[in-house]
Amino acid sequence: MASLECEFFGRKLKNPIILASGVLGMTRESLERSCNSGCGTVTTKSLSMEPRKGHEGPNIVETECGLLNAMGYPNPGIEEGLKEFSGWKREEPLIISIVGKDRKEFSALAETIENQGDELNASAVEAVLSCPHTPGYGTMAGQGAAESVADITSAIKENTKLPLIIKLSPSVPGVVKAAGAARDAGADAINMGNSLGPGMKIDIHRKMPVLGFGMGGLSGPPIKPVAVRCVYDITSSVDIPVIGTGGINAGVDAIEMMMAGASWTGVGTAVYYRGPEAFDLIAREMNVWLDMYGYSSIDEIKGAVHEEIRKH
Amino acid sequence: MRKFENIKPVYSRKVRKVIEENYRVKTIEIEHDMRDALPGQFLMVWVPGEGERPMSIGNSNPLTISVASVGKVSSKLHELRAGDMVSYRGPFGRPFRIPKDAKSMLVIGGGYGVVPMYFLARVAKQNGMGVYSVVGGKTGKDIIWEKQLFTVSKEAFITTDDGSRGKKGTVMIEAEWLIGEKKIDQVYACGPEKMMLAAAKVCHDHGMPCQVSVERHMKCGVGICGSCDINGHLCCQDGPVFTGEEVLSMPDFGKRKRDASGKNVDI
Repeated sequence: MASLECEFFGRKLKNPIILASGVLGMTRESLERSCNSGCGTVTTKSLSMEPRKGHEGPNIVETECGLLNAMGYPNPGIEEGLKEFSGWKREEPLIISIVGKDRKEFSALAETIENQGDELNASAVEAVLSCPHTPGYGTMAGQGAAESVADITSAIKENTKLPLIIKLSPSVPGVVKAAGAARDAGADAINMGNSLGPGMKIDIHRKMPVLGFGMGGLSGPPIKPVAVRCVYDITSSVDIPVIGTGGINAGVDAIEMMMAGASWTGVGTAVYYRGPEAFDLIAREMNVWLDMYGYSSIDEIKGAVHEEIRKH
Repeated sequence: MRKFENIKPVYSRKVRKVIEENYRVKTIEIEHDMRDALPGQFLMVWVPGEGERPMSIGNSNPLTISVASVGKVSSKLHELRAGDMVSYRGPFGRPFRIPKDAKSMLVIGGGYGVVPMYFLARVAKQNGMGVYSVVGGKTGKDIIWEKQLFTVSKEAFITTDDGSRGKKGTVMIEAEWLIGEKKIDQVYACGPEKMMLAAAKVCHDHGMPCQVSVERHMKCGVGICGSCDINGHLCCQDGPVFTGEEVLSMPDFGKRKRDASGKNVDI
């Protein structure tokens, strides 16, 4: 059996599969269940300063080419959220996801996390600058632009010693510039991937957009080529590790993402297509593929596309 | 694996009939024979511009839901008349299971929890099973669907908290008597969570298998957003039907639930 083991900021992971933020991670128990279902590491729901109920439903609509969602960051707020996740004991590391409206909020969120000290036992903080469907946050607040990325990154780094992951959007131009700005401002990794869009699904009988918010982010296999290209571009010029997220539904998708240069891969919508055991299925498929083609470790294929292209 | 070509659509169909059940519940029959709907499953019912709520399926043909007017989405649904359009997606969730060798069952419905119980009892009777039923409510006015349920039951009982109809007390007075007295293979319950907790405990004490239908704050309906989590179980996907043993192992069952923001609050 090929090894899927890899490193994550000094911690050893059983595989490079990360539960993407926003999927399942509302409670400690569901994160633990995701660990049991094969995740190498897990990310919480994104926590904001104040509690948020999220957008009015429908929050999700199935389309013939992926899922469209507009959750609107439902979360109990940073104080309550950290109570939920504090004292994490699993061997799979915990990533705390945060969302803020501006530099000030991100500073305060980072400070609140830092104040928990070792009690929290989280392994990284992920700042989401890429939600396509929540006013005041993410791409709707222009957080994906390089200047904004640098500003927010430095604000968080000033307030927490935890490794910082900056989550970028595939929907805005200039991801490489944004990733470079994050690195220069002290980010430890990039999560390249969020839902694509926003998009809109109209119910032709009701002549109305189905989603309560009107529009939402597209996820699932259809967005994979965009995510893979973004990861390839970023890893071509920015020298911090990247989580490749977007459309990973099977082992070969994860292999492709890592060949593009990703060090780990985020999985979310696969839970919808394949059930809560999706992580384990993807890990097993990666294993089978590596065995079949004679690789002994996932490290051997990481960034393989970059090497191959150089030869031609 | 879900295939792209068989995604569940958002249905928009005509309302066939609206029945006023009591001071706060209306039943809506829809011109739709939803053949893949099973007892215990639910729909996500959408009112454009207002929102979307999970609703138990009360029958598959005609597709039927009962709506208590409790908020903005349900009060809009109460305005529907025959011929109006109603939109929904589904059916979703794990249905009630009827063991192959089961010959008789007891169904317990509290308030409008009786709605999925009727669907289950009807299907069970069609399969040749004997159905005992208990319907309960706060007062006589809260008893709904009892006539439908009684037509598919061998014996049926009513209880009310104030004694204004049937026996005074909770559904468990009659239910526990039936469990002790009759030959029953399986118990099903739907209603207020404290009632279902009582049912699960009584069944556990009698060594009687039991299934209950759990309600939580559902958003996506398809097992991905995590909003309806109860101690690591997803109500929309692993449930809404859980076995009595499953719910008794959930520390939050009957005690706490997650609000729209995910905060754990007392029920």
